[in-house]
Amino acid sequence: MIVADRKPFDEIMGMIEPYRKILLVGCNECATVCAVGGTKEVALLASQIRMKSQVEGRHIEVDEKTLERQCDPEYACTLAGTLEDYDAVLSIACGCGIQFIAETFPERKVLPGVNTRFMGVTEKHGVWAERCQGCGNCVLDRTCGICPVTRCAKSIMNGPCGGSQDGQCELRNDIPCAWQLIIDRLKARGELDRYSEIEKPKDWSTSRDGGPRKRVREDMKL
Amino acid sequence: MRLSYPASVKIVKVPCTGRVDVIHILQAFEGGADGVCLVGCQEGDCHYVAGNIRARKRVEYAQTLLNEAGVGGDRLQMYNLSASDGRKFAQVAREITDRVHALGPSPLGKVSGFAFRVSGSRTDDNG
Repeated sequence: MIVADRKPFDEIMGMIEPYRKILLVGCNECATVCAVGGTKEVALLASQIRMKSQVEGRHIEVDEKTLERQCDPEYACTLAGTLEDYDAVLSIACGCGIQFIAETFPERKVLPGVNTRFMGVTEKHGVWAERCQGCGNCVLDRTCGICPVTRCAKSIMNGPCGGSQDGQCELRNDIPCAWQLIIDRLKARGELDRYSEIEKPKDWSTSRDGGPRKRVREDMKL
Repeated sequence: MRLSYPASVKIVKVPCTGRVDVIHILQAFEGGADGVCLVGCQEGDCHYVAGNIRARKRVEYAQTLLNEAGVGGDRLQMYNLSASDGRKFAQVAREITDRVHALGPSPLGKVSGFAFRVSGSRTDDNG
């Protein structure tokens, strides 16, 4: 899923400062699962905005809406006809959803209520961690299902580096060394001999180095 | 026991403090409460194992949100006491009332009453 953090409240209030009537839009997908932009968080933020504006003697009207997915035209389009009533849209979906609403309704002011962080997993309740950088050329078959691109701070393909200390990354001691994890798993599987296979330099053109990416499936186009 | 506690305290019954969500607390403030107090069982005594522990964490989070909104997180407090301890409950009710009295009225000012909302709609009462 895509994981995000809510923007600092003061920053949100600063963004909506010129507006009187706001539509606060959440998303039922990743933003809900990472507890940043679902129906619940929409209600909380709307309540906070109403209270803050009341305390400051202003009046900001906030309506609430949560779309099934903000990153999909099927659902983004459902906002058509309602946005005319609002001065601005405050979206608390991920950056994809926010952009897609802005793209679908270019004449509307669409503001981000979250900072989108990474593609990750729920490690445990309330804890999310990065697992994929979308490099476009997956190596997980060769690394026992542990991604060195994402989980190694240097994204090195033949590790570990000299900064691996007691199984931790030198960057921070709460980051496990990805290559230590890979070696441990190879050992546990009795496949340590595979560690001697040298990974060739990675072609990063499939990653961000190749510019913004797009996927097209001709058979699915209508 | 016929214990008395301040008449300004309005009781909202829930099966467990674990049922209380942050939005319920914010709605109480938006609805006109000057202060909110969660009264749960003693930690370790929860019938649902961890309901009151979760409630405590939610109260802490709600305090942060209330501080950000300028309402003041100190208007929200959680107490843990036994269900059979009526005397302590009366004392807690007086304590939270005194605390709210000291803080003064909510900065949200005069409001008409509870307003329950669901996503995309709003219902105001005229009370």
